[in-house]
Amino acid sequence: MKAGRDAAGLRLEAVRIRLAGRLLLAVDAAVPPGAILTVMGPSGSGKSTLLAFVAGFLDPAFSAEGGVILDGEDVTRLRPERRGIGLLFQDSLLLPHLSVAGNLLLGLPPRIRGRRARRRLAAEALAGIGLAGFAEADPATLSGGQKARVALMRTLLAEPHALALDEPFSGLDAALRGQMRDLVFGEIRRRRLPALLVTHDPADAAAAAGPVIELAAVAEDGAPPL
Amino acid sequence: MLRLAPAAIVLLLLGPVAAGLGGVLLPAFGYLPVLGGDSLSVEPFRRLFELPGLAASVLLSLGTGLAATAIAVSAVLLFVGGSFGTRTFRLMQRFVSPLLSVPHAAAAFALAVLIAPAGLPARLLSPWLTGWTHPPDILVVHDRAGIAMVLGLVAKEIPFLLLMTLAALPQTMARERTELMASLGYGRVLGFAHGVVPVLYRQLRLPVFAVLAYATSNVDVALVLGPTTPAPLAVRIVELHADPDLAMRFVLAAGAVLQLGVTGAALLLWLGIERFAALVLAALAPTGWRASRDAAARLAGSALVALPAGAILLGTAGLALWSVAGPWRFPDALPARVTLGVWMRVMPGLSAALGNALAIGVCASALALLLVVAALENEVRNGHPPGFRGLAALYLPLLVPQVAFLFGFDFLLARAGWDGRFAALLMAHLVFVLPYVYLSLSGPWRSLDPRYARVLASLGRGPGTAFRRLRLPMLARPILTAFAVGFAVSVGLYLPTLVVGAGRWPTVTTEAVALAAGGDRRIVGVTALVQALLPFLGFFVALAVPAWLHRNRRGLRVAR
Repeated sequence: MKAGRDAAGLRLEAVRIRLAGRLLLAVDAAVPPGAILTVMGPSGSGKSTLLAFVAGFLDPAFSAEGGVILDGEDVTRLRPERRGIGLLFQDSLLLPHLSVAGNLLLGLPPRIRGRRARRRLAAEALAGIGLAGFAEADPATLSGGQKARVALMRTLLAEPHALALDEPFSGLDAALRGQMRDLVFGEIRRRRLPALLVTHDPADAAAAAGPVIELAAVAEDGAPPL
Repeated sequence: MLRLAPAAIVLLLLGPVAAGLGGVLLPAFGYLPVLGGDSLSVEPFRRLFELPGLAASVLLSLGTGLAATAIAVSAVLLFVGGSFGTRTFRLMQRFVSPLLSVPHAAAAFALAVLIAPAGLPARLLSPWLTGWTHPPDILVVHDRAGIAMVLGLVAKEIPFLLLMTLAALPQTMARERTELMASLGYGRVLGFAHGVVPVLYRQLRLPVFAVLAYATSNVDVALVLGPTTPAPLAVRIVELHADPDLAMRFVLAAGAVLQLGVTGAALLLWLGIERFAALVLAALAPTGWRASRDAAARLAGSALVALPAGAILLGTAGLALWSVAGPWRFPDALPARVTLGVWMRVMPGLSAALGNALAIGVCASALALLLVVAALENEVRNGHPPGFRGLAALYLPLLVPQVAFLFGFDFLLARAGWDGRFAALLMAHLVFVLPYVYLSLSGPWRSLDPRYARVLASLGRGPGTAFRRLRLPMLARPILTAFAVGFAVSVGLYLPTLVVGAGRWPTVTTEAVALAAGGDRRIVGVTALVQALLPFLGFFVALAVPAWLHRNRRGLRVAR
């Protein structure tokens, strides 16, 4: 399925996003496998808009041109669930009505069949993030760091071809933030996933050790904050 | 399929109202070929105005409607302004939904049993304070000025307006605004009036109009509590319906049109009252008057909201007592004996009505829920939030007086041979159930964090999975609550059941109102209690099922 080596990774080709005809942001970038492209900028600069465009959730109020190329395939017109781009937010967004394992099983592709095989994989994944034995736990009883790890594992189990991270560490306290950063970035490199990181924390950008795009505030000419 | 849901809802709401108005407008001007009316004339109106005491009926409808609305709106605003953010406020929040679920007629019975000359308060105060050894021969219920009816309407409309206020408050930044006004030294009530009410009232306007439309044209509360000589206009229109002389159908149609005019006039007068209140507020602002000592106003607000609520609760207890009362002589505070005899006697005859109410209520609210969920899911998937037009369609059946369009709608149904069929009755109930189900569910549905669905999509799951595994389970409680709200509305509907059901589908509500004429307090106690308790069944299920489903999930427990 994957094209030649030079095509691997995430490319943003001549992306231009406009709001009411006014240019909001312009990005050209290539993110090789295992690399992290950091997008920084003050609130209102449109960095979350860029992420929404890449993941396929751009609000119809915006108009966009340009392409999102993932491993040589143009995914710009694909529905979000067909893009293979995993999302992580500041909140873990674990489904409150499911158990911890139930949340992980939601990520596991249906290709893997059999209830027992699926549950074993979920249990192994939990052990891998130091949460062995938490399968039947209520997500609401987990600590912030535990929730973040489950959310990360849920995303990785879906076998994404790229990750889009929206301020994923902002909700954690300083000590946890470092640990979680190491875990997420480590997985990105180990699995050779191209990643797009939206953040306002310079420490995130430094740890990502990849290219950084600074978006300027565009609110000066009366643009609405986004 | 999903895309058709919003159109289907609008059609189900507008269709009967438009058809019904058309169905009375032509006969009102003499045109009804089936009954020999084939030319336009104002003869029906002439005969309408010849009815004795009609002007008094019109004035009564107008006056009691405006008074009830004004009192209910002021009470709610005074209460919310005076107690917003306090423990009293939070306490009231819990009582709002159960109070709202009590059918209008049941609330009216509760009030009647409380304020009657032989009611509990009169018994407790007699004879040591009042000197009465027999129930005094004074007209408290059915008083000629309609005071009892106004009280009944106020008691029922306050919970509705309170719930609408609670829904609107978060969008008004009420907490920030009240804190700001307090920091400037304003008393709670005036600070709320200056800081929040102008924004809040804009969102309350349609509900207030709905209250006014109901208050100027209600039938069931008027039958239980209202004056009889003459009765309010809506009741007299219903009386015309019972007239065997078919020529009276023209007069009835004219009456329906007149009712439309009366409610319209009330709305216009209300616009004037709104303007006047805004002027007073605008004149007060520049004076810098702080009204910082407003304990009396705050107390009045709490009392105005708590008294009707307490009256309904106490009155319901009174109904329960009457339903099991053996011999009960006047000044005795309690009956001499307690017996289940009346229950045993009344319940067998009531079982058919109970079954009908259950069947219509479950079918109407299930159908409404299906349509509303489809429309909201369509909104999530295809992103068409309803504009003002959609909202107006939702409120239309609540703004047009029931007596004004139901007879016309029923007439058309009768022409099509549908009169009295279950499907026709279902359609009539949907007109009133749909708006409440939609208003109840749309808020929670829209406020579910959209990022959940995004995470699910990023895991490769399509919209079907998001609906089944995300929205249905996470919104189980609001979905079931919306069902319970729809059920409560359906159970409480009097006039649609009476008119469109053509007497073939008596429910606990129509039976309770019909039995009220007999005046036997024990029988009324049984039927009114059954009628008041039936909606509770729905709310009990709505609370118990999700609580059991999610018993091991802390993140879905109700806060506090």
